[in-house]
Amino acid sequence: MPVMTLAGTDVDVDAEGFLTDASQWTEGVAAEIARAEGIDELTDRHWLVVQVMRREFADKGTGPAVRALGKISGVGIAELYQLFPKGPAKMAAKIAGIPKPRGCI
Amino acid sequence: MPDRIVILGGGTGGTIAANRLRRSLPEGRADIVVVDRDDAHVYQPGLLFVPFGMAAPSRLVRSRARQLLRGVELVRHAVDAVDLGAGTVALDDGSTLGYDVLVVATGAALLFEETEGLTGPGWRRTVHTFYDMEGAAALAGALARFDAGHLVVDVVDMPIKCPVAPLEFLFLADWWLQRRGVRDRVRLTFATPLDGAFTKAVCNRELSGLLAKKGIEVVTELNTATVDGESGRLISYDGREVPFDLAVVVPLHGGASYVARSPGLGDPLGFVPTDPATLQSRAHPNVFVIGDAADLAASKAGSVAHFEGEIVAHNIVRLLAGEPLDARFDGHANCFIESGFGKALLIDFNDEVEPVPGHFPGPVGLPLLRESRLNHMGKLAFEQLYWHALLPGRSIPGVPSHMPTAGKRLAAAALAAGS
Ligand SMILES: Cc1cc2nc3c(=O)[nH]c(=O)nc-3n(C[C@H](O)[C@H](O)[C@H](O)COP(=O)(O)OP(=O)(O)OC[C@H]3O[C@@H](n4cnc5c(N)ncnc54)[C@H](O)[C@@H]3O)c2cc1C
Repeated sequence: MPVMTLAGTDVDVDAEGFLTDASQWTEGVAAEIARAEGIDELTDRHWLVVQVMRREFADKGTGPAVRALGKISGVGIAELYQLFPKGPAKMAAKIAGIPKPRGCI
Repeated sequence: MPDRIVILGGGTGGTIAANRLRRSLPEGRADIVVVDRDDAHVYQPGLLFVPFGMAAPSRLVRSRARQLLRGVELVRHAVDAVDLGAGTVALDDGSTLGYDVLVVATGAALLFEETEGLTGPGWRRTVHTFYDMEGAAALAGALARFDAGHLVVDVVDMPIKCPVAPLEFLFLADWWLQRRGVRDRVRLTFATPLDGAFTKAVCNRELSGLLAKKGIEVVTELNTATVDGESGRLISYDGREVPFDLAVVVPLHGGASYVARSPGLGDPLGFVPTDPATLQSRAHPNVFVIGDAADLAASKAGSVAHFEGEIVAHNIVRLLAGEPLDARFDGHANCFIESGFGKALLIDFNDEVEPVPGHFPGPVGLPLLRESRLNHMGKLAFEQLYWHALLPGRSIPGVPSHMPTAGKRLAAAALAAGS
């Protein structure tokens, strides 16, 4: 497992840069991942979604797919795409420090 | 007084649960009541074959009542709502049914209306589905007339029932178009919200290879916002467009609609939060969940409902006896993947172990993750197993509820994870 140093913290990541241990996550780590993904500043709406991702992961062991994320967070799908243009489910999961949503099988 | 176990839904999971419970509990000990809105039990895996004229719709449907053992009552009504506090189920005729234990087995609903344009202009002409009987039969007609153009199979979003079925549809379409001599005039595309044909590494590599070999294109991370049947375009939330002449769409799935009318029972998509090990709902200790209705990460598949059946029945018997629940589900799933030309692959996996090569259920069994004729025969034989072993709630000799590891090349997964 590769280790990266983000915002002064050592975090374990997978080949695609998703944290493999959600407990290593900090808000500073989130901001730095976001910048690397092209989001210069995380707004309140971003944080709302990031929180939902972390809560869902804690509850269910995986982040939600896009439609479910929209329903659970109350943020419409179109806005989710404005906030996370490269794909909300994946990008928000990465910033939230949880594994890539399984969404499948 | 016997306890009353009420099972909502008389499909795969509800029927299995009812029959297993009936065998475990004498009639004086518990009344078992199944509620379903109709008496037409559809063998859903057969829907895949209907568009290609390989299965007649009428052959896939049997009476629900006749799949239930004597001593199980079938109540033919739609569920309107569940009152967890009172322990009652309201039915669509205004009557209520009290329960000591409730089993939610109402499956997944197809939410066509959730995608803009999906059932608009072009629906049943250029835009189809094979996920229900009506759709599969209509698609058979459309395919028979289709001999040139762009056929796109589009999955709107996960989770869906039988996640490999859209791929199987494409593999069969490739074979069927070749047989009709028009394959070179048809472009085949798979549009998926995922970032690969499949999310698990080893299986993704195998299936992606198969798609490429068959000349099937893949568009990844496509979240369909609008289906425009008039102009023949899928439009995604990030503004991409996929043109089509014939679209075969797997719609968004959710729980049954009564779940939203039952306070505390479901999540925002209508699936029921469930303990992945005991299969007890998170809503109430007296409520269990089997099959597609659960919010679990496990596949929404008949094989999963079959493996869950043993766990649910065992734990309900324990609950009624006042004993702690001790049966634990591991997410075991087992799927044949039809690949055309009389061949199929087989995958067997659980929450921990991804699909890998090897043999199932042991070293001399069926080949895993490899095309073979034996697996195709297995897929066809599954229909008889479904009616005569799965639904009656019997265990299949040699196929345990927990995933077997003998015969699996588990190092393949470890290698993939490291690569
Ligand atoms: C095209 C296709 C191919 C598939 N291929 C395979 C395969 O190859 N292998 C495999 O293992 N699985 C396959 N599956 C999946 C499999 O069919 C399902 O996962 C399985 O049937 C789930 O069982 P269930 O009991 O959860 O739901 P279902 O069997 O769908 O039963 C749900 C029941 O609840 C009833 N119901 C719903 N709402 C209400 C209400 N309000 N009131 C009363 N009754 C209600 C319905 O009438 C239905 O009978 C496939 C599915 C499809 C669509």
